[in-house]
Amino acid sequence: MKIGVYVCHCGVNISNTVDVQKVISEVSALPTVAVCRDYQYMCSDPGQEMIAKDIRELGLDRVVVAACSPRMHEPTFRGAVEAAGMNPYCFEMANIREQCSWVHEDKEQATRKAADLVKSSVARAALLEPLNSTEVPVTHAALVIGGGIAGIQTALDIANSGYPVYLVEKDPSIGGHMAQFDKTFPTLDCAACILTPKMVDVARHPNIELLTYSEVESIEGSVGNFHVRIRKKPRYVNVSLCTGCGSCATACRLVGRIPSEFDMGLGKRGAIYVPFPQAVPLRYTIDPEKCLMLKHGKCGTSPKCVDACDRDAIDFSMTEEILEVDVGAIVVATGYKEFDPTIKREYKYGTFKNVMTGLELERIFAPSGPTGGKALINGKVPKKIVFVSCVGSRDKRIGNPYCSRVCCMYIAKQAHLLKEKIPDADITVMYTDMRAFGKGYEEFYERVQKEGIKYRRGNAAEVYEEDGVLHVRAEDTLMGEPYELEADLVVLGTGLEPSDAADAIGHMLHLSRSADKFFLEAHPKLRPVDTVIDGVFLAGAAQGPKDIPDTVAQASGAASHVVNLLSKDVILAEPIVAEVNTDVCAGCRICEILCPYDAHAFDEERNVMTINKAICKGCGSCAAACPSGAIAMNHFRDSQIVAQILEVI
Amino acid sequence: MAETWNPKIVGFLCNWCCYAGADMAGTSRMKYPPNIRIIRVMCSSRINAEMVIKAFQMGADAVFIGGCHPGDCHYVDGNYRTQKRIAVLRRLLEHLGIDPRRLRLEWVSAAEGEKFAQTMDEFAKEVAELGPSPLAALQREVL
Repeated sequence: MKIGVYVCHCGVNISNTVDVQKVISEVSALPTVAVCRDYQYMCSDPGQEMIAKDIRELGLDRVVVAACSPRMHEPTFRGAVEAAGMNPYCFEMANIREQCSWVHEDKEQATRKAADLVKSSVARAALLEPLNSTEVPVTHAALVIGGGIAGIQTALDIANSGYPVYLVEKDPSIGGHMAQFDKTFPTLDCAACILTPKMVDVARHPNIELLTYSEVESIEGSVGNFHVRIRKKPRYVNVSLCTGCGSCATACRLVGRIPSEFDMGLGKRGAIYVPFPQAVPLRYTIDPEKCLMLKHGKCGTSPKCVDACDRDAIDFSMTEEILEVDVGAIVVATGYKEFDPTIKREYKYGTFKNVMTGLELERIFAPSGPTGGKALINGKVPKKIVFVSCVGSRDKRIGNPYCSRVCCMYIAKQAHLLKEKIPDADITVMYTDMRAFGKGYEEFYERVQKEGIKYRRGNAAEVYEEDGVLHVRAEDTLMGEPYELEADLVVLGTGLEPSDAADAIGHMLHLSRSADKFFLEAHPKLRPVDTVIDGVFLAGAAQGPKDIPDTVAQASGAASHVVNLLSKDVILAEPIVAEVNTDVCAGCRICEILCPYDAHAFDEERNVMTINKAICKGCGSCAAACPSGAIAMNHFRDSQIVAQILEVI
Repeated sequence: MAETWNPKIVGFLCNWCCYAGADMAGTSRMKYPPNIRIIRVMCSSRINAEMVIKAFQMGADAVFIGGCHPGDCHYVDGNYRTQKRIAVLRRLLEHLGIDPRRLRLEWVSAAEGEKFAQTMDEFAKEVAELGPSPLAALQREVL
């Protein structure tokens, strides 16, 4: 056995706390170690070359690198040793940075620990066995979950590369939150004018199958081969007959009586509706919770929508459908939801109608919105307007310590739009810290200030009413004095939280969340669109609060990773799976019950268990439970783990 | 002996949650005592009673097992199996004369670097209070 050990300094990240030379002298003394070297940056090209050279010249059969976490660079070094002719599974890593030098201060103890960890890796390496990956075919199709701007962009990019895409959206139309906006900062582009053409492209694209009013029910399989069940909710309108003319909506007995979700409850719709006039697909949907016919089985003498539809498109007998599709890659673009400000009781949202959220004001501005784009709040033109920033962001008390990144700028934009519509309005923005970080943002913020919008640092403490007038109490933290402002409109700069759909989707795909509850990327700097689950990617605000340009950039990034994967006919599957030694197996079938993937199949004839390599994910639960020790968990064998235990004690 | 004794803790951490949480503690430069020696496994349910007992037998003062939070297991329900096994194992340890507090199971997510560091802090203190494991003392005598 010839083991090569390489200890990395990681600049000074490791060597500041760990005495690298001492580790080397201890490890060099081990009988299996043929060579032990150190280098400033093992992951760099010269570092990798050092290993390759030793493999070629000294004929090493195992390599141990003591550096950062294997979650960071194990794939890098596996690639390097493989290129030099060694089996990549004969490589082992000792984590002496994240789990040693970065968390300990006592140099002597950290060095002791580092030496123990390296020795344990050497012991394990000596027992590692070469493993060979099996080839798995790739299904050349992708699933995109979420039809907001992130999902739209991802789907279009993948489809334009020639691969089929299933785009699943839970609402009756794609478009997401961006469709609700009036104008976008800082360019003041009309959101609909830049979004709706993309929505139409999605609907028309020959490679995109658009599944609106549908939800992902379950996902099985792994990279290259996911099996997805999608539930299509019944619209009670036959989409191939409906032309979107709208006669049914005007005829509905409940027209103008149901709060419209799209208009944030400020506008009203009927029981049969399209969320907004530019919806894609422009097909009507009946709300089963509200429709008299669906709820009570009776709508006057006969349902008016049926009478109004001259295409006979309405079908109350429609039921949900389950669609099963196979895809090779999945993009999660489930977006965000607006923070619910009723939690911040001091702002009296929900008590006073003229305390509203940013997204609600957005609908007031929209020409297709409840006021037809007129700046009317409860029928009146507001003259004294106060914006409150960081509502639901940077607030540890409610568990959201993060910055939502878009609020500073949408407040600036909304203040500008209000000033444009009501030139004599007195507008004050109560801000925590101004964050105008994007391209053209700082310039826009300056422009808004020049337009006469007042910015005062320090957040609002409370909103209260006196003699029918709202008062906002705050502290100016620059002047160090409390003050009060009268307001006939208070706009809360509500932050972003992960959408409700994220829970179910995250659970189905076993995705991790970061502390802010958004989906966790594989690496915060270098792999921002990947997840730790191979074949599953992230796009848009599902990964963290983002503005539109960042969302679109990430969506295109996710699409390129998908295309990269789908362009291959086969991929290599991890050989880290469990295997049964049928000579030892007693056929007790205990392991069978433990497997969460049903990878175990009992061979009745031979009275032994077998494991399907393609299904096994390598958790090793069965190996731990086997009473006869017949199951070997490749790469995590009992002997390999025990060898590590012996070295660290 | 007593003044130089430093508790030895063997940690078995699942790759997807607790090991990533320990990495997160490092990335965030949180400090904790250097008593633990971490062994990475794909799932906490890979660990069986033999491995834990082996660690005690060889002289570990304590064993730490870290997995994903209930419902978040990368392998669906491996952590539930771990939980059941640990419950049984604790009773077994009592029979062996090992205080079951020396075996700790904790759920730490990939984002919970702070929780990992805090847990290590607490556990190191707790083990220090319990003193050297009786099996570890025996092991030293044999050697």
